Amino acid sequence: MWEFLQTYGPRLLDGALVTCAQFVLAALVACSAALVAGLGRLSPVWPLRTLATLYIELFRGTSLLVQLYWIFFVLPLFGLSLPKFEAGFLSVGLNVGAYGAEIVRGAITAVPRGQWEAGYALSMSPARRMRRIILPQALVLMLPPWGNLLIELLKGTALVALIAVPDLMFVAKQINGTTFRSAEAFGAALVIYYVLARLLITPAMRGLERTMARRLGRA
Amino acid sequence: MRFDWNWDFTLEILPRLLRAALNTLIAAGVGYALAMVLGLIFALALRSPWRLPRTLLREGLEFIRSTPLVVQIFFIFYVGPQIGITLSPWVAGMIAIGLHYSAYLAEVYRAGIEAVPRGQWEACRALNMSTRDSYFRIVLPQALPHAIPGMGNYLVGIFKDTPMLSVIGVTELMQAANSIGSETYRFLEPYTLVGVIFLALSLPTAGLVRLGERRLRSKLGL
Repeated sequence: MWEFLQTYGPRLLDGALVTCAQFVLAALVACSAALVAGLGRLSPVWPLRTLATLYIELFRGTSLLVQLYWIFFVLPLFGLSLPKFEAGFLSVGLNVGAYGAEIVRGAITAVPRGQWEAGYALSMSPARRMRRIILPQALVLMLPPWGNLLIELLKGTALVALIAVPDLMFVAKQINGTTFRSAEAFGAALVIYYVLARLLITPAMRGLERTMARRLGRA
Repeated sequence: MRFDWNWDFTLEILPRLLRAALNTLIAAGVGYALAMVLGLIFALALRSPWRLPRTLLREGLEFIRSTPLVVQIFFIFYVGPQIGITLSPWVAGMIAIGLHYSAYLAEVYRAGIEAVPRGQWEACRALNMSTRDSYFRIVLPQALPHAIPGMGNYLVGIFKDTPMLSVIGVTELMQAANSIGSETYRFLEPYTLVGVIFLALSLPTAGLVRLGERRLRSKLGL
């Protein structure tokens, strides 16, 4: 086991770095898509509402792997060719964003009515009320479910190995193919994924939850 | 290549994809059945009075939940032969997917069991029921309605995760589309059809789950 790590550890770490890059970029895509689609679902303009619903249902109704293959293999036929790295984090981000949109929508509707009315009474414009009053409070409500969703997102990034993005899972597969030491290769990958999820994402989200609660004076 | 949808080709590959879709449904069903049984065992074991096994199990389930299913599928498929057990793709896939989702279902059951009022346990105690009878005749039947919405969501989830089985060669929908793609060099129709079939199956299921949930809630007076 020790000499396995000495030989293949650096390669696994390289893979883990690519996984981290995929995770960060996909998380950015997911957050922006979720915010736009979540607000779109609540918009009074019906074309926006329909568009947001269509996006959410389409990406929640099919599986991530199908979306990944479709974006990577079929989109080029429409003239939109994406390199594998970009196709990877975009599909993962868009998929998770569709789930995130429902969280955003739920959190916004959960902000008490009085807050909306107060914004109205102060004659704030709808955009300003959303930005200054509603969204900050909704953010606190949606952080805990986002913590879970980000772990799902990390797990989702493992699929980009199937379009040959050299991430952690891809490296593990390669090592397994050349050495047949499957238990060590995939075992090490599983442990690294676990460490990323439990020692980085979960504590970071907990910290963020505490900071946000304090800034809103609820700690 | 450019965008040219070929209807003849579509009709030609549709029967093959639909047959593969049946395999997808079987895989989801078997995997879910396994997950339901294993999940219940884990949920009950999590309530065992011994502290050490309980902690180990909880950490183990946490590990399964926070690592990717594809890596677990590869792990189970390739590690078996290393220790002398050769598993067919189907068996390895079902174990992986069943185990993965049992970790989620254990949480759903646990929440359901905890939602049963304490008084029910005390009543069992007062009637001098054994622990086993209290669980199977009093507590679990009442925990089930609370667990059903969560269980329905994971049924849809397991269905959407079955394409991952294609990585070890289980002949489900994604695998069929892949092999059509590599035989004919046409990817537009097979992958798009896979997406359409998934939508056609998962949207009604999700709708049914929501409907069932609402019915159940009104029946329970929630």
